[in-house]
Amino acid sequence: MMIFIWICTIVVGLSMAGLMYRVFKGPSVPDRLIALDGIGVMLISAIALLSILFDTRFYIDVILLIAIISFIGTVSFSKFIERGEIIERERHH
Amino acid sequence: MSVIINILIVITITVGVVFTAVTTIGILRFPDVYTRAHAASKSATLGVMSILLGVFIHFWYNEGHFSIQLLLGIVFLFITSPIGGHLMSRAAYMAGVKPTDLTVGDDLAEVVKKAKRENSTLKPEDQ
Repeated sequence: MMIFIWICTIVVGLSMAGLMYRVFKGPSVPDRLIALDGIGVMLISAIALLSILFDTRFYIDVILLIAIISFIGTVSFSKFIERGEIIERERHH
Repeated sequence: MSVIINILIVITITVGVVFTAVTTIGILRFPDVYTRAHAASKSATLGVMSILLGVFIHFWYNEGHFSIQLLLGIVFLFITSPIGGHLMSRAAYMAGVKPTDLTVGDDLAEVVKKAKRENSTLKPEDQ
């Protein structure tokens, strides 16, 4: 069982390394953003597998935190790409 | 019973890891931002949800700990990950990233052009 979990963790880590290629090489900025979002999602599954490996349940609290922060980062980055600013203020009135 | 539970854990985690690897292959090999967003948002979501389900079953049966955080994480990822994929591809479209040559149709172009025209006619009246 532990060998199986180790193999799964290594495969997830290799997937993250493969996405790092797209982050560095990506032709456009949204490509890098998509790869970063995928890395965030894979980091969640890697932490879940590591919590089985290290036999502790305190890593599980980190999962929710990373999910929320990754979603906020994705939203703000895509808004920055779309409009050029993150926090808009009304100045025309 | 324990054997069945362990087989269930192995199956869910294997499905999740296979979908994670498929996500990486799709992001590395698809020709376009939009197809890459398609691969990332759908298969990565299913993969991480399956892995979290396997970990949840492991902690429930083998450790005796009903982890409500894992269930909340599954629901949160199920809600927010498609929203993130849609936002990223929409931002890519608004930033002017061209789709690949294999694309058949582009229905959003007319809508965006119309909205821009209405905005440009509205602007002098606003000011």
